[in-house]
Amino acid sequence: MGPRRVSLFVTCLVDLLYPEVGEATVALLRDLDVEVDFPPSQTCCGQPAFNSGFEGDARRVAAGLLDAMEQAEAVVSPSGSCTAMVRSYYPHLFHGTADESRARALSAKTFELSEFVVGELGVESLGGAWEGRVTYHDSCHGLRELGLSGQGRSLLRGIERLELVEMAWPDRCCGFGGTFSLRLPDVASAMADEKMAQADATGADVMVTGDSGCLMHLAGRANRSGSKARPMHLAMLLAEARGLAPVKPAR
Amino acid sequence: MTPEAEVYRRFEDRAAKQLRKTQLPLILGKATDSREVRRRETFAGFDLPALRDAAEAVRAHTMANLDTYLDRFAERAEAKGTKVFFAATGPEAVDYIRKVVADRGARLVAKGKSMAAEEIELNPALEADGVQVVETDLGEHIVQVGHEPPSHITAPAVHMTRRDIAQLLAGHYGRTLPPEPEALTAFARGVLREAFLRAEVGISGVNFAVAETGSLSLVTNEGNGRMVTSLPPVHVAIMGMERIVPSFRELELLYPMLVASAIGRAVSTYLSLINGPRLPGEIDGPDELHVVVLDNGRSRILGGEFRSILHCIRCGACQNVCPVYRQVGGHAYGAVYAGPVGAVLTPLLVGFEKAGDLPHASSLCGACTEVCPVKIPLHEHLLGLRREVAKAQRPTGEVLMFRTWAMAWRKPGRFLLFARLSRLGQRLFARRGRIRKAPFPLSRWTKGRDMSPVAGRTFRERWRRGLRKGGA
Repeated sequence: MGPRRVSLFVTCLVDLLYPEVGEATVALLRDLDVEVDFPPSQTCCGQPAFNSGFEGDARRVAAGLLDAMEQAEAVVSPSGSCTAMVRSYYPHLFHGTADESRARALSAKTFELSEFVVGELGVESLGGAWEGRVTYHDSCHGLRELGLSGQGRSLLRGIERLELVEMAWPDRCCGFGGTFSLRLPDVASAMADEKMAQADATGADVMVTGDSGCLMHLAGRANRSGSKARPMHLAMLLAEARGLAPVKPAR
Repeated sequence: MTPEAEVYRRFEDRAAKQLRKTQLPLILGKATDSREVRRRETFAGFDLPALRDAAEAVRAHTMANLDTYLDRFAERAEAKGTKVFFAATGPEAVDYIRKVVADRGARLVAKGKSMAAEEIELNPALEADGVQVVETDLGEHIVQVGHEPPSHITAPAVHMTRRDIAQLLAGHYGRTLPPEPEALTAFARGVLREAFLRAEVGISGVNFAVAETGSLSLVTNEGNGRMVTSLPPVHVAIMGMERIVPSFRELELLYPMLVASAIGRAVSTYLSLINGPRLPGEIDGPDELHVVVLDNGRSRILGGEFRSILHCIRCGACQNVCPVYRQVGGHAYGAVYAGPVGAVLTPLLVGFEKAGDLPHASSLCGACTEVCPVKIPLHEHLLGLRREVAKAQRPTGEVLMFRTWAMAWRKPGRFLLFARLSRLGQRLFARRGRIRKAPFPLSRWTKGRDMSPVAGRTFRERWRRGLRKGGA
């Protein structure tokens, strides 16, 4: 049945910009009788510096997460990318340091939300109802580092009246890429346009994704380009379908 | 060739130039998507993970014993009358080939596709000697006529429509040509046939050199490779020193992996196997066969962290799936090797000063790593190179920015202070819950996208205010 007590790693983006995604995550987990704790000393996984090649700075910030999650039984995060950072890259980042074993321990007990619900709790459907057409964007790190893709879709399929439709290339990067979107903004925007065009081609009302980074980038671009499909975090849609949280659009 | 001044400017500038070509992503998208679809279809029904493991193992074993296999190849090839020349640098390779051409008094060279020849800038050197070089791969011929470098490893003219191509060839050859692939191919065949027959020297690349037998293998779909290597009296083959397989047993695996990954077919139209120059009693083949084995920085790569980039078999699959490449095309990379493999290989070959920004020309989505038939961890190499570039260059602005960021974000109190200061600051910029214009460096974001402001209450504030106890 999986752990009944988890610590939430909310991620810096959700904490600062999209707290409602954190609230939805908490509501969903509590609804599944999982006790949720928020270790308040957490800030960020360190990925912005890590992906830019500044490992020392990344380690300084990441060490804070090791401290914060030290006592956690399991860690759940509403982000495929931040989970992948912890799971796939922390062992490397802390390799040969005094924190290596703590990093490995955190790597082993950290889960992305849909991965935790479906894989650890064994719940493939949360039920609920939501009227509309939805398409699912596989965020890159969730898909390729964590091997996710069926979990989010399974949870969406469990929602009544929700029609799940696939884009031509659901597994193609949206162009966020962390600091990439600041280094090469025009290329990143062009990538977002292609993604949104594919979402619009499905006639979807909403494009769901499990990462706030993709969401921030896609919603920010959609505001300018006037796409029809509204980018939305998976946790928000699931919570709304269950009637657990008042949901506001991401843009 | 690309004018020298343009070769090593920043990726961002070159990409901007390509992004202005509004049709480019559509052209590239269509061509690369269809290849990727066919790649997936071709591998469907096979145990692709096992094939990739096996292919990776072959490449890793070969690289770990490269000196042995290169010696064996040279020995066996020379025993059949092939001349093998080891070139430490590009200029050494170029000089050797210039001399072979000059010794024959050749005026016309028929050339097959070779990325290594592009890498050492062979054509301009031969042309400076007054030798005419005719590219005989159709795609290469098109970009040669258009004075452009190839923009894709296996599809050099992938950035052009058939209309562009018809217009280009018509202008160059003073003909009217319809934008129909059949007509264009038929026309090119006529032009190229003459080159094959008149050329005194044929120059080709090599897909795999077989150590056990001293043979060369060449994979083509147009048959030009076979013409270039058998009609002219002299054949010069040029290969990167990593382009070797121990024996035909390994070729049996790598050849279909290459073809399926490159064009999404089980076999190519032609697979040429070249065992040496014409022997007495044989009716065709060149009198002389030279093989130029190019180091040009590869030994240095072999000794380092990024050695597995030498496992690359030049299929171009990583380019087809790269979402950055698909927007900006190969020319944005300003180098012979574009896309993910180029973003790894180029900085290692030409140095960080010239190409240190290429590892950042990626969103690190990992699509490249996923399709690589020999399992090169391309996106991890890009990440590793970013680290090496940051170490080597210490860009002041970024060093300061990340140091400050780490100082602020490593402690929750400072993180919250950051949130509060941002909330104050963003009052100047936010309108109706959106920021449309932010100061530098966030102006880089708002250039093309609205920015989400810091929330009125962050999650941690909401948690403290009651969410912790079960409220919302």
